[in-house]
Formats: sequence, C-alpha cells, structure tokens
Amino acid sequence: MSGVGSSAVLRAPLVVEFPFTRSLGAVQSAFLTGLRERTLLGVRAGDGRVLVPPVEYDPVTAEEIRDLVEVGATGTVTTWAWNHEPRRGQPLGAPFAWVLVRLDGADTALLHALDVPGPDAVRTGMRVRVRWAGERVGAITDIACFEPADGDAPVRAAVPHSGVFDEPVTGIVAAARLDYTYSPGRAQTAYITALSERRTVGERCPSCRKVYVPPRGACPTCGVATAERVEVGPRGTVTTYCVVNIKAKNLDIEVPYVYAHIALDGADLALHARIAGIPYDQVRMGLRVEPVWTEGGRHPDHYRPTGEPDADYDTYKELV
Amino acid sequence: MSRSVGKEPVAVVGIGQTRHVAARRDVSIAGLVREAAARALADAELTWADIDAVVIGKAPDFFEGVMMPELYLADALGAVGKPLLRVHTAGSVGGSTALVAADLVAGRVHGTVLTLAFEKQSESNAMWGLSLPIPFQQPLLAGAGGFFAPHVRAYMRRSGAPDTVGSLVAYKDRRNALKNPFAHLHEHDITLEKVQASPMLWDPIRYSETCPSSDGACAMVLTDRAGAARSPRPPAWMHGGAMRSEPTLFAGKDFVSPRAGKDCAADVYRQAGVTDPRREIDAVEMYVPFSWYEPMWLENLGFAGEGEGWKLTEAGVTELEGDLPVNMSGGVLSANPIGASGMIRFAEAALQVRGQAGEHQVAGARRALGHAYGGGSQFFSMWLVGAEPPAS
Repeated sequence: MSGVGSSAVLRAPLVVEFPFTRSLGAVQSAFLTGLRERTLLGVRAGDGRVLVPPVEYDPVTAEEIRDLVEVGATGTVTTWAWNHEPRRGQPLGAPFAWVLVRLDGADTALLHALDVPGPDAVRTGMRVRVRWAGERVGAITDIACFEPADGDAPVRAAVPHSGVFDEPVTGIVAAARLDYTYSPGRAQTAYITALSERRTVGERCPSCRKVYVPPRGACPTCGVATAERVEVGPRGTVTTYCVVNIKAKNLDIEVPYVYAHIALDGADLALHARIAGIPYDQVRMGLRVEPVWTEGGRHPDHYRPTGEPDADYDTYKELV
Repeated sequence: MSRSVGKEPVAVVGIGQTRHVAARRDVSIAGLVREAAARALADAELTWADIDAVVIGKAPDFFEGVMMPELYLADALGAVGKPLLRVHTAGSVGGSTALVAADLVAGRVHGTVLTLAFEKQSESNAMWGLSLPIPFQQPLLAGAGGFFAPHVRAYMRRSGAPDTVGSLVAYKDRRNALKNPFAHLHEHDITLEKVQASPMLWDPIRYSETCPSSDGACAMVLTDRAGAARSPRPPAWMHGGAMRSEPTLFAGKDFVSPRAGKDCAADVYRQAGVTDPRREIDAVEMYVPFSWYEPMWLENLGFAGEGEGWKLTEAGVTELEGDLPVNMSGGVLSANPIGASGMIRFAEAALQVRGQAGEHQVAGARRALGHAYGGGSQFFSMWLVGAEPPAS
C-alpha cells in the first residue's frame, strides 16, 4: 500500500437496504394466507409426496402442481443447529435452535426456530408444535416459532384443501439488508483527503501518462498501478451536459439544473458535476468553469463560469 | 471467442416471451419465467425432458432483489438434475446469456439448451439499485437518463444531426410496437407531434424518447444440427456471436461509439463472412433505451459511417418498410424488462429469419442482427442469425 499505513485509509459503514415487493402467485398466496388463518398448507407432487412449504412446480417432473393439502400443526424435528447469538430480524431474540420440521402429513421439512432453553433440550426426532403469532398478517412470521410437544402424537395425514380464503394475501414485502464496512482504498483516500483542502489530486499512469481523477490506484487501460500524484484544475471545461428537468427523489436540488461533464485542466477524464451561477439555457459545450465550495462540503457544491472565453472544440473533443 | 470450422452449428428452434407489461401482479417470478419457458418449449414442440441444460440471465441483483435465481428457479425451469447456470452482464445480460447457451451447443457439451432472461421491475427500483449511497462519494446527480443524455448531446455535436432525429426513432418504434402483441407500450394514438411535444426530461432527451419500466421474460431453445432436423418450424441458424467489455469510464473512452461495440460487431461479421453489413443484413434489432441510440449504434455497428447514422433514420431506411428495418418489435423503447431486454433483441432477430414475426415481419428477411449492451456502455453482446445453416 505504497507508504500509506492502513490506519490512514478511510472506512465507513455502508448499509444497503431495500423493501422489495413480491407477487406470490396462487400457491404461495394460499400458503401465506393459510398461516394467517392458522391453517398449514402443502402441495401434493406427482409422486404423491406432500411438500411443505409448497412449491409451484414439481421438482421431479417439472409439471405445474396445484393440489393443495392441509397438514398438522405438530411435527418432528429432522435436524437442527444451535444459534447462540441471534441477529437482527431473526425469529427469537434469545438463543434458539434452527430446526427442520417435518409437519405431520408432510414428506418434506420446513425451516423455522425452536424455542428451547439450550442445545441440550433439542434432539433429532423430537416432537414439536407451532406457536402461532398473536397478530398474523399472511407471512412466514405468522408462525412465531416451534415449541416442544413431547406428548403430542402424530395427528393425521394430509387432507385436500381448496386453498381458497377470504381476502387472500397476494403480495409480501421482502426487506433485504446488507451491512458492509466500506473502504475507498489508498488512492481514493488520498483524493478525498486532498478535497478536504479544496485541492483536486489525481494519479498519472506510468505507462500511458493519462491522469485519472478520481484516481483508482490502477490504470484500467494499461493494467498497471498508479502512484504519481498530480494536482489538476481547479478550472475546467464543460465537455458535454444535459439539462435535468425532473426532480430526483434523494436530491434537494431545484430543477431545471445542468448536469455536466467537466474536464479539469490537466485531467484526462471528465468528472460529473452541477453547473450554476448561469441561466441553465446558457450553458454550452466548451464553457470554462471553476468549483464553488460550501463550508464543510466534502466536494465542490457546484461549478460556475470563470468568465474566460469558451474553449475551442478541438481542445477537448477527445474527452467528450 | 472465435467460432471456427468444426464447431456444431447452433439453431434456434423455440422462442417464447411474456406479454410485457408494467406490473405482473398475478404471478410470482417463478410463474413469470415459467410462462416464457413453456411458450418456447411449445414453439419447439419439446418437453422439459428434452432439455439438457438451462442458462439464465437477469438484472443486477439489487435491481430486483433475487440473489440466487439459479437456486430459486430450478423447479420452475425443469432444471432439477441438470446443469443450471447464471450469466451476469448488466443490461446486455439477455444477449450474453443466449451466447453462453449457444456455446454449450457449439462445443457439443449439450445437445439442447433452454436459455431464459427475466426481470420484474414492478417489484423493485432499478434507479435505487444504480444509486447506492457509497460513503465519501457525491450522490449520482441526474438519474439514468442524465447519465446518457450528455453522450447524446456529444453525438449531436459530433454528427451535426438535427434535433428531430430522436423523435423520429421514438415515433417509428412505438408504431412498430402496435404490430407486436408482446410489446408493453401500445400507443394507438401516437403521432410525431405528440412525441415532439412530450416533456423534456434530460434535455436533449424527451419523455417519449425513453423506455418504459416493464415486467417480462424471454426464453429460447437452442439445439444442434440433429435437433434442428426434428424442428417442426424453420429454425434460425447462428452465423456469428460475440461479447466484448470495457470499463464504464477510462481516459480515451469514446462514449458516443465505444470501441467494445465496434470490435464486437466486427468479430460477429467476420464469423458470418459479412463484409458489408448495410447490404448483407436484412434487419437489425438493437438495444435502444433512449431514441438517439439508434443513429449512434448504426454507426457503432458499421451500418453507417461516422456521423452518418442519423441520415439513415431521417431517410426512413430504418422503418419497418425501409431498406434496413431497425427494432421491428418496437424495441426497448416499447418494452424494457431490463434483465430480459437483451434476449428479446436476440429472439426478435431469430423470429425474423424464421418468418415467425407476425405483423412486424420484414418480408424476405434472411439475415438479422440482435444486439444488446449494458452498464455504462460497458458490456456488448451480439449475434447474427440466418434462415440458412452456416456455410461451414
């Protein structure tokens, strides 16, 4: 890492989180609506096996399968693993067992949580029953968890079920979240540090001599590491641009505004920034601009005209 | 990637797609892909048991939140007990996926391969997927159209094209879509004036010059010479196929006409023995998410000289009745399930040379090019298909 200690490299948490929605289709709709009604549904496959949770297509023949059946709310643990440190969003807050439960009447097992005090209280083959959630909405969490049911004998075989309920659940929200620790790396850390002093510092490729801003630590064309730092700008030339007329959700910028590609003097690649300090309809290719900083800003807030004559097209056309 | 003598010829014998719409709330993703796959099998008059392997493609994971489609969709695609693999090249993925499937046939690894690509844009937000809040970086300032609009302006400056060319493309593609029952947009009252009067979103790109957000899937059955001989309908034969990639941003990148696109097309033409694409290719289905990309790709793909592509559009050459029809299906401008869009282009090229394109059939189409690109003009994939088997 060329002389820069790892402690100097920037790091920050990055949370990637989105509530994806999912249309269920007939089979999953029946299954989740059934949970809301404390009814456990499976599907009968072509070979006669009962699959719980149900699937839409036969894993053996690939045919569409729609013969729903109701199974029991008691079952048998087929295997398990102890979860000693439950994470955010898992079924129980205290340590619990992940279990595969073959419900009575089913031929396959369902993954869920078993509420027991410790791993000594779990064994393959133990009898368990569903503990229903108090408030049920048509989701797998309508099963709060499983609990031991040593006394409960197998209740019944699967029986046919229409899968029809009033007000069926047709969609769910499948929230996804990933927690990262993000580091921009050595080259970009140096770039960001220089920006905090309102200087723009790129890196020159030792092979093709092109100056990359922001630097990447390597030249994508030559495939070699870059280390030589080069200060560029602060002035630059608008190589091309567009006028944005629709408001972006996450940005507090009044429309219309100009989004431009700006080749800073000395850089071989344009960066992207907003142009202000000039009516939007007077921005043009070749316009000479300089950065405008705001107090505490990590990047220039925008660029404004310098008042210099426009750059000749031939001087920047290779950068468009 | 050269396709030399000795490889197994690859034939397209089945094509299926969903009717692309804004939201398919009636089916799961499994149900959506199943619909396209079942139609492709029906077209080929084959069953699940006839398929040796399945190759699927989809949009980048954050675009619709399915992280392991190869696991989730094995049942729906009849892939249990068979090789199932997934290809990932952003917006070009539908094309790349078809080419990976084709390679399995060409290399005689498998005799008959089902390939499929999909996306349900209604269950996610592609724009969110493109603008993750990376620490220390300025947020993306302009959205997807804002990323491409400056390149369009650069093209206009470079070529001297009149401002109206983009609207001509949109007007043409939307009218073509009226002849395609699978297209998402069916704007029966479309006029050129309406296109030109639509709001300017990212000047120079107007609303009507942008693609919709769609749910859809597309599937194809690819097979070898023996499989083609059993085909109930005329197959489309692959004459060339290639992929190229380059970084989204690098010093010296030609954003208007990326080198990766030029090289990819040149490779395909070399394989197919095409020396004059403008004369030797009868129809082109290309990935045009914003209307101005038609003239830009016409140049990039060698159908026109630099700065001349817009003249073909303006002269009506690219209309359905023109000398070189482009985007007969209505194109990405009329349906854009991103993960499937590349494969829809490839499938349309195959439909044309099979004579199966229905109302948007180009009379006598013998050779057609399917083109896809993705990322920030970062990935390219193309194939050339013909009505006759390849010469080798």
